[in-house]
Amino acid sequence: MKQPSLWHVLQPKWRTALQRLREERDRGGRGKIVILTLVGSVFWLAVFGVLYRILKYFRGVEDLGPLFAGKLLGLALLSFISILVLSNVITALSSFFLAKDLDLLVSAPVDWLRLYLAKLGETLLHSSWMVALMAVPILAAYGVIYRGGILFIPYAVLVVVPLLLLPAVVGTAVTLILVNIFPARRTRDLLSIIAIGAAGGVILLFRIIRPEQLARPEGFRNLLDFITVLRTPTSPFLPSEWATKAIMGYLRHDLDPLPLVLLWTTAAAFVTLGALLHRGLFPQGFTKAQEGAERFIRGGFWRWTVGGLLKPLPVAKREFVLKDVRLFFRDTTQWSQLILLAVLVVVYVFNIQALPLHRGEPVGFFYVTLVSFLNLGLAGFVLASIAARFVFPAVSLEGRQMWLLRSSPLDLRALLWSKYWVGTIPLLILALLLTGITNVLLQVAPFMMIVSMTAMFALTLAISAMALAFGAVYPQFETENAAQIPTSFGGLVFMMATIALLAAVTLSLWQAVYTYVRAVYDGRPVVIDAWMIGWFVVAAALCAAATVIPLRLALRKMESFEF
Amino acid sequence: MIRLENLTKNYGSFVAVDDISLHVPRGVLYGCLGPNGAGKTTTLRMIAGILRPTQGRVLLGGDDVHVNPLSAKMRLGFIPDRPFVYDKLTGVEFLRFVAGLYGQEGDSVERRIAELLEVFELTSWQNELIEAYSHGMRQKLIISSALIHRPECIVVDEPMVGLDPKAARLLKDIFRQFVDKGGTVLMSTHTLEVAEAMCDQIAIIQHGKVVAAGTVADVRRDHQAGNASLEELFLKLTGGAHVRALVEVLGG
Repeated sequence: MKQPSLWHVLQPKWRTALQRLREERDRGGRGKIVILTLVGSVFWLAVFGVLYRILKYFRGVEDLGPLFAGKLLGLALLSFISILVLSNVITALSSFFLAKDLDLLVSAPVDWLRLYLAKLGETLLHSSWMVALMAVPILAAYGVIYRGGILFIPYAVLVVVPLLLLPAVVGTAVTLILVNIFPARRTRDLLSIIAIGAAGGVILLFRIIRPEQLARPEGFRNLLDFITVLRTPTSPFLPSEWATKAIMGYLRHDLDPLPLVLLWTTAAAFVTLGALLHRGLFPQGFTKAQEGAERFIRGGFWRWTVGGLLKPLPVAKREFVLKDVRLFFRDTTQWSQLILLAVLVVVYVFNIQALPLHRGEPVGFFYVTLVSFLNLGLAGFVLASIAARFVFPAVSLEGRQMWLLRSSPLDLRALLWSKYWVGTIPLLILALLLTGITNVLLQVAPFMMIVSMTAMFALTLAISAMALAFGAVYPQFETENAAQIPTSFGGLVFMMATIALLAAVTLSLWQAVYTYVRAVYDGRPVVIDAWMIGWFVVAAALCAAATVIPLRLALRKMESFEF
Repeated sequence: MIRLENLTKNYGSFVAVDDISLHVPRGVLYGCLGPNGAGKTTTLRMIAGILRPTQGRVLLGGDDVHVNPLSAKMRLGFIPDRPFVYDKLTGVEFLRFVAGLYGQEGDSVERRIAELLEVFELTSWQNELIEAYSHGMRQKLIISSALIHRPECIVVDEPMVGLDPKAARLLKDIFRQFVDKGGTVLMSTHTLEVAEAMCDQIAIIQHGKVVAAGTVADVRRDHQAGNASLEELFLKLTGGAHVRALVEVLGG
């Protein structure tokens, strides 16, 4: 029997994607495209600009310059493949085992190799597009600085393609093995392994990179040791190292075909091995994925704990909050990311602690206050990202069940209220802990502690409201995976709006804080005058408006939903 | 009990429901019949308050569903055709959640949940996540959820889809008892035997309009159909030529 082409097997996917694009174009008009192009261009230009400056500086340093440039590229590519392996493991779980088209494909007379290649392609595309786009300005900066010429473009593509393919095969193979051990739907165990693995990976990556050594050449015994470290590859067996060698070799007109050959032959060998593994393990894994749906839930942990705490609330609100909490902790795609989040928070706090502010000679009060102030903006950005991931999808996730909520006498305000507080309370705890701990580490003055804690409190209320509202204004009812919802256009608009709010609030607060810093610097007593109070009021008003207006808009939008 | 007044729903230039006026009295089991795409589901979803009408209004026991939604919806139990529920809740948690939406809790709700799970033979599944339920079991759970707050009227879209014969029979009996005790049921169905056996009154909808309404006898009389079966009547009113063409194609 003649087998269908890979293109044909993937037809429903790409046709759906095309149709979505058409619908987006019809619905959003040109505004969306303009905003997306603008944001994308600004981001690309920023990455290109920063790297251009760094590389230009490196280029000016004789002998050491190219070594630095190569090391930097190696680190970037190593980070890319680490992210890609994790992203492929998660994407492969849904494309190989949980996707809706699998029943049709597996029951059709499509051979195993075609199924593998089609699904591998789908996994690769879904998990790698963002990294591939990110690589463009980075490689462009290298190409421009080292005058790679127009031929550098196809050469870079030739290097990057196997670099994307390798993590896709590895990620898919890891998922295949894990699903054979744990059923795909009972992924709590599976994803916790992945998440812990990722956390370990991040720490490992930090150890491999040893960035602090490169930043402090004085820490080496002599220049020779420093150059030796720079010359030594991070690991000769890492594909990122081969890709770095291939690219730097081309750019320095010292072309060695071996790294490129290594990349392509390894990729080919990996695809072959991956296909063989798929032939052996996929049928059993896919069967297990069907069987693993049941889970018997005994007892009423949430009912007795959260339910008990919420006893004073009306029953509808209480049951709604309970339902949201249960769904969150039973959905592995949701809670598993908390582990990564915890790792990121630890790294953030660690970085603050590692700042050389309180070592040796006393550092100026001005710098401590400045860092504490910048910390406010940065922590706000961290919170916005967390809100985008956990609060933004809240309304979208109700989509398929909206028939029940709309046909019941539940007041939409109660629904919005529950969603808001379920998202806001954990966010508030995290925000205040993060700001409090970092301020203690920075040894800030009580004035700054009060200002930053209060500001963070108000900002969190606003950020959470905006996340919920933008999620309601740009809902994604068809997306079942909560992690994909914030990557939509609405998620982007939310992040832009939040950054604008953070900028406005920190700028207003800076006016007040600057008066305080000035007084301390001049040795004058700090007087909280009308000027300071005025700017505090402006900041508070901004936060209040950013809380109330979005929630009202969200309510109006939800009232107009039709299903 | 249910009154539709000049109900219209447009999707862009497409008119899905076209100026429907209908009255379903208390204590009646009313069937809404029509071919695919006739506008039955859209009408039912407007009655349940899920869709907003472009024009006209829906009254449930005197309350406009879109003006006084909370008091109107307290009277209603809605059963959709597609059983989308929260996969990560257990059956009992889902029923408790729905009872909460109607402001009900406590021992009486727990007793009612146990009773409904027993009737629909879901007791042994009550602590399983709904993601493990079959289509029919989900449908039974949704029917239980529509009954949990003891509604005055039930609006149900294709009630028999996915149910095994035993459950289908059980549902018929439940609806009949519900109506006999003064409740009201408005259901849409494709299964004409079900409509003929169960419904006190019917409305046949085509292209978003009511083309016939009343008891089966009324409709026969109004359309001079003699002793024709409901199926023949339905085909006559909705274009049986398509069916004959289909039979010819399938027959060879």
